[in-house]
Amino acid sequence: MNNVMAIYRKEVGAYFKSPMAYIFLVFFALFNGYFFSNTFFLFGQSDMRALFNITPMIYLIFVPAVTMGVLAREKSAGTNELMATLPIKNFELVIGKYLSAFTLVLAGLGFTLIHFFSLLAVGTNIDYGGVICGYLGLALVGAFYAAIGTFTSSLTDNQVVAFILAAVFVLGFYLLDKLLIFVPAALAGPIQFMAVDYHLSNMSRGVVDSRNLVYFGSLIWLFLVLTVRVIDMRKWR
Amino acid sequence: MIRVENLEKYYGDIHALKGIDFEIDDGEIVGFLGANGAGKSTTLKIMTGFLAPSAGNVFIDDLNIQDHSLDIREQIGYLPEMNPLYGEMRVYDYLEFTSQIRGLDAGEFKTALDRVVGQCGLRDVIHLPISACSKGYKQRVGLSAAILHDPKVLIFDEPVSGLDPNQIVEIRNLIRELGQQKMVIISSHILQEIEATVDRIVIIDHGEIVANGTSQELMAGFMGRTQLTLDVKYANEESLAALTNSVDEIEVANIEAVNGRSVLSIEYAREEDPREAIFDYAKNSGWAILEMTQNQVHLEDVFRGLTGEGGRDE
Repeated sequence: MNNVMAIYRKEVGAYFKSPMAYIFLVFFALFNGYFFSNTFFLFGQSDMRALFNITPMIYLIFVPAVTMGVLAREKSAGTNELMATLPIKNFELVIGKYLSAFTLVLAGLGFTLIHFFSLLAVGTNIDYGGVICGYLGLALVGAFYAAIGTFTSSLTDNQVVAFILAAVFVLGFYLLDKLLIFVPAALAGPIQFMAVDYHLSNMSRGVVDSRNLVYFGSLIWLFLVLTVRVIDMRKWR
Repeated sequence: MIRVENLEKYYGDIHALKGIDFEIDDGEIVGFLGANGAGKSTTLKIMTGFLAPSAGNVFIDDLNIQDHSLDIREQIGYLPEMNPLYGEMRVYDYLEFTSQIRGLDAGEFKTALDRVVGQCGLRDVIHLPISACSKGYKQRVGLSAAILHDPKVLIFDEPVSGLDPNQIVEIRNLIRELGQQKMVIISSHILQEIEATVDRIVIIDHGEIVANGTSQELMAGFMGRTQLTLDVKYANEESLAALTNSVDEIEVANIEAVNGRSVLSIEYAREEDPREAIFDYAKNSGWAILEMTQNQVHLEDVFRGLTGEGGRDE
């Protein structure tokens, strides 16, 4: 655990010493703010569903951008040799790196709280449970996408390639339930269950089902385990 | 003690290491010498756990790298060839991070920091970002991170590469100091550096060890007989022909006439020194000695002889 925390602190420090983190966060906040404010004042409803619909789409670019360098940068700079020869287990390295990327995603999500405070200021009959569940859903989607991005970042030493791979993966999970009309009825159920939107929409409505938590938890675990395996295999090249 | 046993490594079809065997005792500095692509760095990367061997093993006392990689990594301080560092971190932060991974508590870190800052001369740059440091200071930062936890084994891959002469002397002295208590392995393709720093030299070529010994042993083994060049005037044919029989234990390998002079190549056993007898013979024969040079064998000659050339690209 000490190693995880040491790596986590180092990585978070590196994020916030680089201008890229601030650029990502500013763009994330601007895009969310623009799309949320447009519909918020148009419909005059005291809910944040607009945000919960917009943010997963912005995540499609934001999270891969945050995670693209997580492991790819180490490999291109050669510092993976330092890490691999320190007494660190590979899973400690992956967890520390992953948590730091997830922290940046949460920081981005934190910026959207300004919209919640706007809602508190001007709205009535606010469904606090729905807002909390919606944020939990966004946090879980962010965590899931960060796990995918961490995995794709382990596959290459090129950050652009890592970004594109992650964007393709997260887009795939995002679009799965939009493709249901093209698949046989027998496969529709399992494919729908694999879609991110299916689970997120439940949570955005204020419903937290254990299946949603199992879905996010198991896929995060899967991609992190795959990342550890990729790093394990590097020494056998 | 470190024991490297029958280490083999394949990169696809390329047989990079073909059964490397050697041992290193406590308090010994061993130099790993070889041309680019000979297998030095691969051997070191396997010893540090960065690469897995295709066959063979590395032992440090009772631990081996295949089964106890983490324990072995705790006992090793490693400076990789390109000295990769986190440029955005301050020197202090990087050393603190290393100490945390090495399991030092705050008090131990403070003591270790004072020690390595003194040994490596980092006082002026300790609060600077690593990216703002000169190449020499970056090399010292890498070294200080490698020795921070006072490891039993130190492995330095090209530690003086790119340093200026003053920095090379400083780093060499530091390595010698460290080598008094620890096992130190230095890889280099700079022969003079290896010769000046280490107790023993291992020469590797095409993935095989071709020599292992002190520089004197290697030079003695490479050239069994000493060569002497004698440049004289006024030497007639009879006196030149009689030289071999007149001085014990020598053999005149060649006589060359150059502008009225005679240049002789004389060979004799390494343990013999017939120069005084040759001088007396020359004097008695009426020769004027213009030059008498006992040819020295340099490590470079040994290296070139064993590896076939000065170096080759990977």
